[in-house]
Amino acid sequence: MAKSIDVKDLDIYYGDFLAVQGVNVHIKARSVTAFIGPSGCGKSTVLRSLNRMHEVIPGARVEGKVVVDGQSLYGAGVDPVAVRRQIGMVFQRPNPFPTMSIYENVLAGNRLNARKLKKPEADTIVEKSLRGANLWNEVKDRLAKPGMGLSGGQQQRLCIARAIAVEPEVLLMDEPCSALDPISTAAVEDLIHELKSDYTIVIVTHNMQQAARVSDDTGFFNLKAVGEPGHLVEFNPTTKVFSNPDESATEAYISGRFG
Amino acid sequence: MSTMVDPGPEAPEAPPVEAKPPTRLGDLLFSKVSLVSGLIVILFLAGVGTFLLIQGLPALDASGEATYGEPDIWKFVGMLLYGTIYASLIAIVIVTPLAVGLALVISHYAPKALAKPVGYLVDLLAAVPSVVFGLWGLEVLAPKLLPAYKWLNEHFSWIPLFDGSVNSRSLLTASIVLALMALPIVTALLREIFAQTPRAHEEAALALGATRWEMIRLAVFPYARSGMVAAILLGLGRALGETMAVAMVLSATGTGYLTLSIISAENPNTIAAFIANNYANASGDKINTMIFAGLALFLLTFVVNFAGRWIATRGQNKG
Amino acid sequence: MTHTEIAAPQEMAIRAGQLPRAATLLTVVFAVAIGGVAGMLLGSGFAVMVLLAWLVFLVSLTAWSTAVEGRRKATDRLVNALVWSTFAVAMMPLLSLLYTVIVKGGPVLTPSFLQSDMTGFASLGQGGGIYHAIMGTIMVTAIAAIIAIPVGLFTAIYLVEYSAGSRLAKVITFLVDVMTGIPSIVAGLFALSLFIVLTGDPLPRLGLGGGVALSLLMIPTVVRSVEEMLKLVPDDLREASYALGVPKWRTIVKVVLPTAVAGIVTGITLAIARVAGETAPLLLICGTFPEANWNPFSGAVQTLPVYIYSSLNGTTDAKYGDIWTDRVWGAALVLIIIVMALNLIARIIGNIFAPKTGR
Repeated sequence: MAKSIDVKDLDIYYGDFLAVQGVNVHIKARSVTAFIGPSGCGKSTVLRSLNRMHEVIPGARVEGKVVVDGQSLYGAGVDPVAVRRQIGMVFQRPNPFPTMSIYENVLAGNRLNARKLKKPEADTIVEKSLRGANLWNEVKDRLAKPGMGLSGGQQQRLCIARAIAVEPEVLLMDEPCSALDPISTAAVEDLIHELKSDYTIVIVTHNMQQAARVSDDTGFFNLKAVGEPGHLVEFNPTTKVFSNPDESATEAYISGRFG
Repeated sequence: MSTMVDPGPEAPEAPPVEAKPPTRLGDLLFSKVSLVSGLIVILFLAGVGTFLLIQGLPALDASGEATYGEPDIWKFVGMLLYGTIYASLIAIVIVTPLAVGLALVISHYAPKALAKPVGYLVDLLAAVPSVVFGLWGLEVLAPKLLPAYKWLNEHFSWIPLFDGSVNSRSLLTASIVLALMALPIVTALLREIFAQTPRAHEEAALALGATRWEMIRLAVFPYARSGMVAAILLGLGRALGETMAVAMVLSATGTGYLTLSIISAENPNTIAAFIANNYANASGDKINTMIFAGLALFLLTFVVNFAGRWIATRGQNKG
Repeated sequence: MTHTEIAAPQEMAIRAGQLPRAATLLTVVFAVAIGGVAGMLLGSGFAVMVLLAWLVFLVSLTAWSTAVEGRRKATDRLVNALVWSTFAVAMMPLLSLLYTVIVKGGPVLTPSFLQSDMTGFASLGQGGGIYHAIMGTIMVTAIAAIIAIPVGLFTAIYLVEYSAGSRLAKVITFLVDVMTGIPSIVAGLFALSLFIVLTGDPLPRLGLGGGVALSLLMIPTVVRSVEEMLKLVPDDLREASYALGVPKWRTIVKVVLPTAVAGIVTGITLAIARVAGETAPLLLICGTFPEANWNPFSGAVQTLPVYIYSSLNGTTDAKYGDIWTDRVWGAALVLIIIVMALNLIARIIGNIFAPKTGR
């Protein structure tokens, strides 16, 4: 498990509009990579292009290459649906399926593939995934209750459990803590630390302290100018980005002088 | 304005007290005119109930000639209610899968540029007057369906539905036309509901590697469940009260036959169609009988529509 | 998706078998061919061929996809085909209906057909026209509009601007819902019983009755659409006007209504279009009459929908043949043109003025 990702000369368009231009990045396996930058600079778009979720938005398309351990995600014969099974995603707002129980929420992805999942097998997956998401002890007595009954932080960890239940290679997180209170945020950040040993994690965040706390590498995205496409300004180990960045724009952003 | 705590039962039903400061004539006039309009709506509906009762209740004693050969008014209304409900249920069975599919085309399947024209076309179906639907159903659709009915009758006459002497102007033909007329409204309601599915749930499903259909089953349908039931009930309400399609297409005399067959010449009749086809030679007691039947239809559609709205609002509250 | 288990740990299972881009087209061609040949061999009609081709298409596409892409993709393709099929099924009657009405009604539409009435013509004979019916429809619809538009408009204004969720408003909202569900024939029965009581005539026939019946059907539509539109007007606008010291009624007239005017006109036009094609209530209360009757207070008034219904009733009992249904198709075409024109006008008004109210 866990793969590295190489992004080469990635351009992303919405219709004719060039949203992100010329992204080159090497994301290491079993590490946490954070994307930071002001709103609207394309970091979420880049994240979505890593499991082809951007295709959900009408008119969005990608030029360039995304290679996961030697396999191109945009090569001929690649099925976007299969890509998303291998590269999981957690969203900004916790989005458990409202009509399903906690148990069924965790299994939602697995059920798509195996029509008949034996009960003991399913139980194992649920427990493993919930333990993996640091949620087992809190919900083990109410697995049959609806997932919407949990607190925001618990819901988000449930979504992480759902994402890792299908054993993906990579986990993408799009501002996973922006809708959570500080205590829940801390719980999710702890979880990210633990998941790092098994998964390659890419996280988009608005919170620079969070990027500094959880990530090994950091990429700073910015707009070239108003009306121009977004691009990757700097990509370096997190410690370097936050102490001694190569670019003055990065430093300006991190020290809060703009953005 | 009436946000204040209601002081209790002695509180007047009239709208909250106007502020004391001098009210302008214009303001006074305008607010009163709007209030009166609201009251007219109440009056109108009370009038519907009252006048239907005044003219309908004398039919309670009707029998013989005045109930078109049925022993009493209850048997008369019962026969027609059977036909009304039966025809509408068949229509709903036809309409449900069509409307779900059509609504999905507009909300999820059609590319963005195509969704709007498709919606217009469905609305166009709603704009066709019912009498033209009836004309088309009688002159164009019915003859086309006859071979299919013959085939069904030949091979499946052991099923009560396809028994009897085949006729193109059968209950099924009428129900198909009814279904076409209910289709736009059910589709319109369903597409609203489907489009309201939170994007977050759809993306959650897609990010797990769901195909489009799996996403719809995982995120759209569970979310829309109560809305779908409500839409279907409201469509049923529409089909129950529809007159012309049945009156023109269905071959039925009097109160019709109590039969299950949907492709034969001997059909049950519906309340609305019965009234439309018999008003011309009606007079005296027969008018009362027909108005009584209308009252029954009114109650039936009211119950169905009310159930539909109740389920819809309950579903909304649950979120 | 059996690759998942077999896949070597190094390779991700992101490559799945995929049908060629033209797969759907190829399957359609294949299915049409099979359906056509089988249909010819069986000697069946066109409809059966289409049905066969459709079944062959569904089965073969699903089978092919299952073999190449797996069960899940195949289900997705099957559902996709089924969903689009519903669109085709829904459009067939619409096209057939419009086609028939235009082809059969078109040749009937001559100036004399539009300008003459049925005075002196038996409903079974040739000649005559629908002038009186068009005028009757216009008159009855106008009466309905005169009653329903002010009542509906002001009721909506009351609900949105004045009532603020009072108990009376809840009652009215509920009753408007009930009214929406009133079957059209019941509206006719109401008008019938009302005028039996008012006039003492056991079988009243008058244009005003038709207008009353139609207004009952029109009011809820008007209230609903105006209410929707008024709710869309942002409260900021109202407050801005109050802050300038403009009294409430002038705020409504000068600020709220003009902001929502496009939507309101669209909604009202659609409501008129809906009742213009209504038949059942007019059958009961307006009756039929061979010439134009401009007096709404007494005497039967011929309207287009009732004209279609009653002349069809008199002519289709097979023995008279097709020729006498010509007038019916002509009248149907005129009715459709009127209703569609009203719909089109409503949409155009909505589209032209919408940007002003929308964002």
